[in-house]
Amino acid sequence: MNISLLGIVGYLVGIAALVGLNAVILVWLERKVAGHMQFRLGPMEVGPHGILQTLADGIKLVSKQLVIPDEADKPLFLLAPIVSLVPIFAAMVPLPFSETVQAWELNIGLLLIIALGLLNTLGILLAGWGSNNKYALLGGARAVAQILAYKIPLLICVMTIIMMTGSFSLRDIAIAQKDTWNVLYQPILFIVYIITVTLETNRSPFDFSEAESELVAGFHTEYSGMGFSLFFLAEYSYMFIAAGLATVLFLGGWHGPWLPGVAWTLIKIYSIIFLMMWFRWTFPRVRIDQMLSFGWKILLPLSLINFIITAGVLAL
Amino acid sequence: MMDCCYIKEVVKGFFSLCTGMRVTMGNVFTRPATIQWPRKAAPLPDRFRGHIMMLANDKTGFPKCIACTSCARNCPSRCITVTGKKPEGAKKKVADRFELDFTKCSLCGLCVEICPVGALDFSRDYAMASYTRNDFAAMDLLQGLGSPFKDA
Repeated sequence: MNISLLGIVGYLVGIAALVGLNAVILVWLERKVAGHMQFRLGPMEVGPHGILQTLADGIKLVSKQLVIPDEADKPLFLLAPIVSLVPIFAAMVPLPFSETVQAWELNIGLLLIIALGLLNTLGILLAGWGSNNKYALLGGARAVAQILAYKIPLLICVMTIIMMTGSFSLRDIAIAQKDTWNVLYQPILFIVYIITVTLETNRSPFDFSEAESELVAGFHTEYSGMGFSLFFLAEYSYMFIAAGLATVLFLGGWHGPWLPGVAWTLIKIYSIIFLMMWFRWTFPRVRIDQMLSFGWKILLPLSLINFIITAGVLAL
Repeated sequence: MMDCCYIKEVVKGFFSLCTGMRVTMGNVFTRPATIQWPRKAAPLPDRFRGHIMMLANDKTGFPKCIACTSCARNCPSRCITVTGKKPEGAKKKVADRFELDFTKCSLCGLCVEICPVGALDFSRDYAMASYTRNDFAAMDLLQGLGSPFKDA
C-alpha cells in the first residue's frame, strides 16, 4: 500500500477529530450515566440536556494556567501528558471500522495496539515521577506494579483469539467472524477481557493510579488546565481503542444486519464503553492487593485453562 | 485454596455483581429525583414555616393586628417592633408599624401562637436572597396591606 503525504495529513486530521469528538461525547455520557444511575439528571444547563457541557469545560480548561510545581522535574512533567496521548494516534491506525474503512491494513495490527497501549503506563509513570509529589508517585508506581497482573491474562485472551483465527490482522479476525461471533465460543474469555480492559484504562473499580478516594488524584494530582485535560483525552481515547479491540476480537467487528458496517462498529464500541461506565458506577472499588491477587489467582488461571481447552478443541 | 467452596464463592460473587448491575440499571429507568430549580420548585409541606406575615382583615383590608404587643413581648429574640393607634371613631387600635428583624428571628412561632386575634401566620416565602443584610433587618410586614392612616 502506498503512503502519501496527503493521506497522512488526512488521517491525522480525521483521528484528531475522532479523538476530540469521542472525548466530548464520552465525558458527557459518563456524567449522564452517573447521574441517572443515582436518580440524578447529570448536566442539563449547557445545550439541550447538557450536551455542550464538555465543550464549555474544555474551553475553561484551555484558558487555565498550567501550574508547574517548583520542585517538579519540568521536562518530564510537561512530557508526560503528551507521552500519554500521542500513542493513540498510532494505535488507531489498524483499527477497522468496516471492510473498507480502515486507516491502514497491518498484518500485526493487534500487536501494535497492545504495545502502544503500554505507552500510556509510561505516561502515567512519568507524570507520577515528574510531579515530585508523594501521591502522584504512588499513583505512577501502582500503574507499573499492576501491568503484569492484567497484561498477561489480556495477552492470553488475545492469543486464544489469534489461535482460533490464525492471524494477527484485525481485519482478518473480523472477517473470520462473519457467521459466528467469537463471544459465543468464548464467553468466559470475553468477561476476562472486559475486566482486564477496565484495569488497563484505570477505571473504577480498578482506578489504582488515579485513586480519588485514597491518593487525592493519583498521578495527575499536580496537573491543571491543559495537562489535566490531555490525560482525560487520553483516558477516554484508550477506552475507545480498548472497546474497538473488543468489538473486533469478540463481537464480530462490522458484521451485523441492515445497518452499514461503520454504524455497527460504532454501536458495538459504544455499547462496550457503556458497559464499562455501568461497572464504574455500580461496583465498589477494590484495594490494590485485592486486585493483584485477583489478577494472578483468578484471571490468569482462568484464561490459561481457557487457552488450553481451546487449543485442545482446535487440535481435535 | 482451589476447593469447591472457593469456586462457589467466586460464582456467588459473580452473581452478586450481576445483582448490583441490575439495581443500577433499574435506577436508570426510574424517574430522577432531581427537581430543576429554579424552573420547577418542590412542593412545600403544609406546615412550612417561612418568615411571619401579617394577615389582612377580610372586611376592611386593614391589618388584623390590634397592636397589643404580645408578640413583641413574647419574642425570645426581640425581633418584632410593633406600634399602633386608634383610627378615628374606632374602638380598637390598628398597627401602623410592624417590623420584623429577620436576621435575628429563629422562626420559633411563639408570636403566631400568642396572637389573640390570629393576625400572624407563617408565609410560604423561602427563596429570599439579598446583597445586604439591611434588607432583612427591618422587614415591613404591613407592606401591601391597606391602612387607615395612609391619608393622614
